[in-house]
Amino acid sequence: MKKILINFAHPAKGRSNINSQLRAAVENLDGVTINDLYANYPDFLIDVAREQTLCESHDVIIFQHPFYWYSTPAIVKEWLDLVLEHGWAYGKTGTALKGKWFFQAITAGGDATTYHAQGANQFTLGELTSPMRATAHLCLMDWLPPFAVMGVHRGLPLAQVTNHAEDYRRVVMAIRDDLFNKDKAQQNEFLNSHLDETILRP
Amino acid sequence: MEYFLLQLFIFLAASAIAVPVAKRLGLGSVLGYLIAGMIIGPFGISLIGDVEEVMHLTEFGVVMMLFLVGLELRPSMLWQMRTPILGMGGMQVVLSSIVMAAIALWALPWQQALAVGLILSLSSTAIVLQTLKEKALMNTAPGRSVFSVLLFQDLAVIPMLAFMPLLATLALGEGDHHGSVLFDINTLPAYLQVIATVLAVVSILVLGRYGSRPIFRAIAATGVREIFVAAALALVVGISLLMNVVGLSPALGTFLAGVVLADSEYRHELESDIEPFKGLLLGVFFISIGASLNFTLIGDNLALIAGLTAGLIVIKWLILIVVGKLFKVVKKDRALFAVALAQGGEFAFVLFQFAKVNGVLGADTVEPLISAVAISMFLTPLMFMAYEKRAISKDETQINAREADIISHSGHEVILAGFGRLGTDLGRFLISAGVKPVIIDHDATNVDVLRKLGYEVYYGDITRLDLLEAAGAKEAKLLVITIGDITKSTMLIELVKKHYPHLKIVVNAHDRHACFKLMELNIDHIRRETFGSALALGQDALQQLGVDPYEAYRLARIFRKKDGEMMPELYQWHCEEEHYISHYQQKHAELETLMTRDLLADNDELDKAWTAKNPAL
Repeated sequence: MKKILINFAHPAKGRSNINSQLRAAVENLDGVTINDLYANYPDFLIDVAREQTLCESHDVIIFQHPFYWYSTPAIVKEWLDLVLEHGWAYGKTGTALKGKWFFQAITAGGDATTYHAQGANQFTLGELTSPMRATAHLCLMDWLPPFAVMGVHRGLPLAQVTNHAEDYRRVVMAIRDDLFNKDKAQQNEFLNSHLDETILRP
Repeated sequence: MEYFLLQLFIFLAASAIAVPVAKRLGLGSVLGYLIAGMIIGPFGISLIGDVEEVMHLTEFGVVMMLFLVGLELRPSMLWQMRTPILGMGGMQVVLSSIVMAAIALWALPWQQALAVGLILSLSSTAIVLQTLKEKALMNTAPGRSVFSVLLFQDLAVIPMLAFMPLLATLALGEGDHHGSVLFDINTLPAYLQVIATVLAVVSILVLGRYGSRPIFRAIAATGVREIFVAAALALVVGISLLMNVVGLSPALGTFLAGVVLADSEYRHELESDIEPFKGLLLGVFFISIGASLNFTLIGDNLALIAGLTAGLIVIKWLILIVVGKLFKVVKKDRALFAVALAQGGEFAFVLFQFAKVNGVLGADTVEPLISAVAISMFLTPLMFMAYEKRAISKDETQINAREADIISHSGHEVILAGFGRLGTDLGRFLISAGVKPVIIDHDATNVDVLRKLGYEVYYGDITRLDLLEAAGAKEAKLLVITIGDITKSTMLIELVKKHYPHLKIVVNAHDRHACFKLMELNIDHIRRETFGSALALGQDALQQLGVDPYEAYRLARIFRKKDGEMMPELYQWHCEEEHYISHYQQKHAELETLMTRDLLADNDELDKAWTAKNPAL
């Protein structure tokens, strides 16, 4: 059984729909801690010691956030800058995060076809999230592809949103219960693309 | 009574005329006083009566001056200066006495020669310190050397007074015994005299250290300023009396009291209370020195007195150069060191008088020497001027070679006015950020508690110019005002803008109205003291109502920003309305405007951010 930390970042939660539903789907699960960054640090004064302790006491670290400008909301960058200290997260003695699983759960405006060399966004989501992947690598974490909900600009039908929320819940629970095929998932573009193959039956 | 008032008027008027004129001519105030004295004295237009009496009375100015000097010298600093005081001072006094006594041996028996040598070795604390202060040289390296020597001389007066009667060779005049009116210590057996003397000094130290604080606190708590002044004066006068009784120098006693009180939070207050009295008394003292110059005598013995004066200055100057060299005073400072101390001092008047009375020296010896000493004192400010002229022309040729003076004054950059509810947290914050302010508050209890907690807090009314000066307004960069009373704040700001235009100002305003008052003074950094807390509480309230913390935070920020943007507009409105509606009505109308605005306020700034076009993300 793995303990899961979800670092949640949304600067305008009251106006978010999909992220709220995704969050609601995993909110009360055993072994899952939701760490709402904007709520905890409205003035951006991040408590580094607390954040490091949180990371140390979990096995999986998820960053859940809207995909703003091909990146994260501002506080996530602040979090990375402050919390991932040399000697703790990386460097010779920096092994605090070694072997922990890491992935992003993101909601993106354009749909999958626009994230393509010929699409409006020119690059794939995998390419655009590579800085996070490199970060995970430097911190000796096991990187997994992003859990992505795309095309939200057009507005998704309620049924689809519910499906995504249910998928998110299934992935999180499977990882928690050691029923997730990490190696297989790492081959996929998205964490939520072939769930029936990556989630094992007990 | 009328006679007294007339005399007082003449002295005051003479200084009021002479000092500004002398300053305008670049002569310094001391010379101004001396010239005024010469003009109104018995040998000038003869406007004043008993000069000697006046001189005795105003010698007290010297006592006060040493008290003030003591206040600025913490015991630790005094301890640090022990080498220059004992070494330099001791050597100057001993060498000068021996050399001058040796010269005097030509004309006088050895006892008289020794007495003359001892008396002439002293310099003028009053003139030199006053001049050094005026020229801002007190905290420079040569200034401190000079001070050390002066301090030793003041100490040396005591054994001289004790020693002098042993040199008596002449028949005593009429038994004019110079004892205390209160109590004559000489009636006690010798060992009791010593005990009484030691007890007196110890009582000053103990009282200053432990007794003064509760007393001053109780007095300060009354809030009546004159009483504090009265207490300060009583302290100085009382110590002088005590010293007189046990036969010690009052100047030394008050100096000690000053040193003991240098660590006290009431230091600045005492300083600014005593300062004007000292200034006045010293001024009158200088006038009486000027007036006592006996021109008839000088005219009759011109060659003798000129020779004595020149000899006195030259010998002292040479010995000072030697002492300076031995104690490694930097070469360029040595000239100042020697110029400053190469004169006779006011203690010479006292000691010559004492020697005459005790049958050590005859009147015919004393008279020309007193004149020589007075003239040498008169020449001191002129010598300072000559020195400065030379030093400046030298500086111009070797600007680069000049080293910076060592300023011992630990420069505080910030003065914090008011250490109440607001000032406390502000002060704590500044200190935590490594900024150490000089804190001034007028609540004695407050001051006491805070000092116990280790803050550097002083008691006093910051709207007084002298206190601002004492707090170092000249060197400070910033004044932080946390006084609730807007009348006081505006008074303080006007004072500062006039006298210390370089000081930056940040100030709190009790309410919006006070804010307008401050805006009238063109102050840029004004904070309404309850505004921050109001918003913080509002933010808490919103959170408790379930508003997302980050949104509550941003709402508060947006509100603060909009309120700030609104202020100039409201100020305009306030200025226009001010003339024809009452204060109360105005507040009411203002409140109405504010509340209506807030009702209509749209927080589009919050809406626009992040999600305006992406409602679902």
